[in-house]
Amino acid sequence: MEDVLKIGPYQFHSRLLLGTGKFADLETQSQAVAVSEAEVLTFAIRRLDLDNPHAANFLEQLDLKKFTLLPNTAGAYTADEAVRIARLAKASGLCDMIKVEVIGDQRTLLPDPIGTLEASRRLVEEGFIVLTYTNDDPILAKRLQEAGVHAIMPGASPIGSGQGILNETNLRFIIEDARVPVIVDAGIGSPADCAKAMELGADGVLLNTAVAQAEHPVLMAEAMKLAVQAGRKGFLAGRIPKKRYASASSPLEGMIE
Amino acid sequence: MQLQVNGKIVEVNNVRTVHELLDYFQLQAKIVVVEANGEIVDRARYETTPVAEGDRIEIVHFVGGG
Repeated sequence: MEDVLKIGPYQFHSRLLLGTGKFADLETQSQAVAVSEAEVLTFAIRRLDLDNPHAANFLEQLDLKKFTLLPNTAGAYTADEAVRIARLAKASGLCDMIKVEVIGDQRTLLPDPIGTLEASRRLVEEGFIVLTYTNDDPILAKRLQEAGVHAIMPGASPIGSGQGILNETNLRFIIEDARVPVIVDAGIGSPADCAKAMELGADGVLLNTAVAQAEHPVLMAEAMKLAVQAGRKGFLAGRIPKKRYASASSPLEGMIE
Repeated sequence: MQLQVNGKIVEVNNVRTVHELLDYFQLQAKIVVVEANGEIVDRARYETTPVAEGDRIEIVHFVGGG
């Protein structure tokens, strides 16, 4: 049976979505992306540096037929700013997906729930395929779903912190209630975090720093890919319930006396 | 003619359209999006969209991000 991740009109075989920031060099990045087998790559939209306009650019080196671009609205602190960035991204003609990200605080980089919901609603109305980065708040996730977003992307912990999943209970509630894919985004530190998210029933994981800043990014990209796959299969396989006491694996009958 | 491009004042000559502005910066081969005075300029209209003294132009592109 084919296990496909469907987001809006798109179908993906990989459940690992990869960010493209903070890599030490483009060669390492290219290798990490290839090894990760990610099909969706996030990007930010920024002013071109007109003093150095021909600096090497990762996107321009990519075979765009092989990847679906997921530009983000990073840097936006209001819904208006996010909508403006989203429109610029779409005007490239390269993509219609957008990762809505409206930040509410510079120190924690946690999302502003009000601005996030407003930007998401407006971009859905404008016809974008909207994947919203949000707090791990089940009620906000519900509101986003009502607004018509195509995927809910709750943070595991603050962006780039590597703290892993801080609120497993809330994440479970979000997953149980969601009728659109839930992609755990931000705060992933290790392969164990990926596996955990997938075992909880998340539909995918989006990470960046955990690979880009690992000691060996290419090796970590592979580890993350395998962890997402392992977690997914574990979820589908249905784990045993936890018990308080032991339960022997070997037969109790037929002991040699 | 003075324009404000990506937040900086630049002096350009013989630039009448967005197309000519991209030529001026040698950006035709690059993947960029142009906004003029807050409005996105459709790629198909670069040659017919005029730029004028004092215009605020944004030229943006895709960079690495999470």
